[in-house]
Amino acid sequence: MTLLKVQDLCVSLKTAYGRQDVISNINFCLNAGEKLGIVGESGCGKSITALALMSLLPPDSKTRGRIILEGRDILNLNSKEICSIRGNRIGMIFQEPMTALNPVKQIGAQISESIDLHLKLNRKQTLERVTELMDKVGLPVDRFGLNLYPHQLSGGQRQRVMIAMAIACNPDILIADEPTTALDVTVQEQILNLIRDLADSSGMALIMISHDLGVIAQTAQNVMVMYTGNIVEMGSTVDVYQNMLHPYTFGLFSAIPHAGSSSHLERKRLTSIPGQVPQLHQRPIGCNFADRCMRASKICKTKEPMATRVSDHHQVWCYHPLKEKI
Amino acid sequence: MKQPLVKIEGVYKDYQLPKKYLFEKAPVFRALHGINLELQKGTSFGIVGESGCGKSTLARIVMALDEPTFGKVFFDGQDLFNMPKKELRHLRRNFQMVFQDPYGSLNPRKNILGIVAEPLDTLKEKLSFAQKKERVAKILVEVGLNATDTDKFPHEFSGGQRQRIAIARALITRPSLIVADESVSALDVSVQAQVLNLMMDLQEKYKLTYMFISHDLSVVEYVTDQVAVIYMGQIVEQATTRALFQKPLHPYTQTLLMAVPDVNPLNKKQKNKNKVPLFEKIHGSCPFIDRCIKATKTCVHNAPELLENHGRLVACFNTD
Amino acid sequence: MLRTLVEILRHGLKNRSFVIGGTISLAFFLVAFLSYFWTPYPVEDINIADKLLKPSSQYLLGTDHFGRDILSMLIKGARNSVIVAFVAIGIGIGCGVPLGLTAAAKKGWMDELIMRFNDFTFAFPSLISAIMITAILGPGSVNSIIAIGIFNIPVFARVARGAALSIWKREFILAARSAGKGQFRISVEHILPNISSMLIVQATIQFALGILAEASLSYLGLGTQPPMPSWGKMLNEAQTFLHFAPQLAIYPGIAIALTVMGLNLFGDGLRDVLDPKLRRSR
Repeated sequence: MTLLKVQDLCVSLKTAYGRQDVISNINFCLNAGEKLGIVGESGCGKSITALALMSLLPPDSKTRGRIILEGRDILNLNSKEICSIRGNRIGMIFQEPMTALNPVKQIGAQISESIDLHLKLNRKQTLERVTELMDKVGLPVDRFGLNLYPHQLSGGQRQRVMIAMAIACNPDILIADEPTTALDVTVQEQILNLIRDLADSSGMALIMISHDLGVIAQTAQNVMVMYTGNIVEMGSTVDVYQNMLHPYTFGLFSAIPHAGSSSHLERKRLTSIPGQVPQLHQRPIGCNFADRCMRASKICKTKEPMATRVSDHHQVWCYHPLKEKI
Repeated sequence: MKQPLVKIEGVYKDYQLPKKYLFEKAPVFRALHGINLELQKGTSFGIVGESGCGKSTLARIVMALDEPTFGKVFFDGQDLFNMPKKELRHLRRNFQMVFQDPYGSLNPRKNILGIVAEPLDTLKEKLSFAQKKERVAKILVEVGLNATDTDKFPHEFSGGQRQRIAIARALITRPSLIVADESVSALDVSVQAQVLNLMMDLQEKYKLTYMFISHDLSVVEYVTDQVAVIYMGQIVEQATTRALFQKPLHPYTQTLLMAVPDVNPLNKKQKNKNKVPLFEKIHGSCPFIDRCIKATKTCVHNAPELLENHGRLVACFNTD
Repeated sequence: MLRTLVEILRHGLKNRSFVIGGTISLAFFLVAFLSYFWTPYPVEDINIADKLLKPSSQYLLGTDHFGRDILSMLIKGARNSVIVAFVAIGIGIGCGVPLGLTAAAKKGWMDELIMRFNDFTFAFPSLISAIMITAILGPGSVNSIIAIGIFNIPVFARVARGAALSIWKREFILAARSAGKGQFRISVEHILPNISSMLIVQATIQFALGILAEASLSYLGLGTQPPMPSWGKMLNEAQTFLHFAPQLAIYPGIAIALTVMGLNLFGDGLRDVLDPKLRRSR
């Protein structure tokens, strides 16, 4: 069942160079219980996409297109209706757990905030719910207590509090924007396991945003690769990772230092993508990746590529995909 | 045996924490706990560990930016912390550092010429402005930038380019040691690959010695010849990179390597759910005991020493 | 340097308080500068016959009890205010900034010593201490400059120290240290340029306060001495005639209020203009 449908989403922001499209032509569907990964480098628009879904974009931004959540276009809702969706139907976890938590409020009070707002519960029920949530995210109340302040917790524990806040009202969709980037690998593993288990057990859909291909591989069924505000490749994670078609996706994978290549003699140079990610106001006409692409031809620099459907679950936006077998 | 380029001997570093009560003696946090290391000329040495394990403190001590509480650091046989300040200042041309944050490590108010030429200011021989400019232009080309970039300011460059500028600054005095503290962590993968390639090329060209500090295991595996794993201020395992990544012996190293998310989506990891650490940490026990699934009663009352084991150094009783 | 100035102007012209405050402040400085070349009448001229005249085409703002032209006195008074406030700020920056930079660089007991001395100075109400200083050194504009200047020192020391401490934590300072630079060179070459915008904003605020302080001291007769006119002294002299010639008090009052307001607005605007610039060029 389709839970969320995003159609032709474009977001433009006011910049020093005038109004610029930060993301454009974003189309995707999210089914109930699906785990979708969005992967890309900084500035590719993955966070803006997440903020657009939450209607949390800065006030001077303009959004076009449609974001349909269960038949209702949330871009047409007034602020009161949006508030009833935010935190209630869609929960979000941010990257930096230190700044996303209020440093002067106890964690119990912060977790109960959205419960008070969206669920009509009395004090006792609220307390029960908070206790239940803390257990769920691995911060049992008998050991941690509700009256701790964020600075008394470690980074991983703070991220657990964030997760408890995000899932407090049993949302249908959980958006995790780089939830483990600020954490150590061992803690990252725990947090990823926690998010995955929570999504599996409650049946909520997950949108996992990360620059780390490994994180996406371990958490998402489907993946969307973004570059400079556009989707360049989309499909099931297995398809995209094992049968990548877009030169950019390929470049990303080749750039990871691979295991087993160590020792002086056999150390190979890493394959890197030449050039830099273009600035917002310097994005080229046509395919945004054309300037850095080995396979680019004339048409790439004049006209934006359309989606090519390779299989049911695999689309690519490229004139010259790596394996042309359509 | 050749003389090592850097020799770290029994380095301890204590930091004073803020007092809780007025008349209390300030509590002490021991960031480094008896580190011994030798860096051979022309090789890359990796330091791995979680945040707060003391790896950055170690970098600062090797760079003589911080003094150790106990212990000595020798650079090319000279004791860094037992020499006149002026001599140390001149010796600094031989070891330079590349920092983590490409935005914070360049002074936004200075142009590229001023930034890259800065280490030249403290050299014994004074250079003229033209000489400086020439050297900066040359080094900029070498790190893949334009010779004409000297008049630009840091905000005109992207993260990867800024890190190249930082590398240029570190290289301008022709040092023999470069300490890279998380130098590529803040960069995107594709740019990270460019910078890593550059660092490898420069190593070959100038026979540089790298001390490479990172939490990113795949980067360390790619770059280094030797690795030391640090846990709570102590080295728990030290080996050649290849041996360590092929068969980690210390349980902490194993935990670290296991935790790296696999890029292959079909390789889902089985979780060790039924295995939980059995022991609490008490005074005198192994520092890793409260996270170790292999711990035995021996580990409770004795802290393991870093000993030779299968041709490497490991600090664990249960390495079978 | 010129480029930054143009940049500041370009952004400043979009900021309302920058424009309004800037215009008022600029007018004030121009008037003060004008007094070197021209005043409608010489201010030393006493013309008892024309005393206490109402505004007319001959005397635009009227005359005081000695028959001196009020407009001329205001113009010359502006010059006086500028000089006093300017030199006082010079003293404040000249002593305070090095102290603050030293405190931030040395830390430890040096920091304690400097900052406790600062607290000590801060603990006295500045105007009362200024009265004390002028009482000891004798009244006069030079002494009032010194008195006001001394109280600018801890203000600038504190601002410089606070800002410098946060810059000292940045990585490029570590880079400079590993290049072999000492604390003094780092303070001058790296810290100072990065805290300059904060110091400039503080300077505009202290400038306004300096004008107020000068007016207060002159009002009490401890500041500028006759025949040099001063806004504070004009207020004092107008007191006697408040009932039948209130305009004598109103004009300098308006001049003081307008100038101080203009400078404060300018300072606020400048802070807003400089701040995003800092963020962008990070």
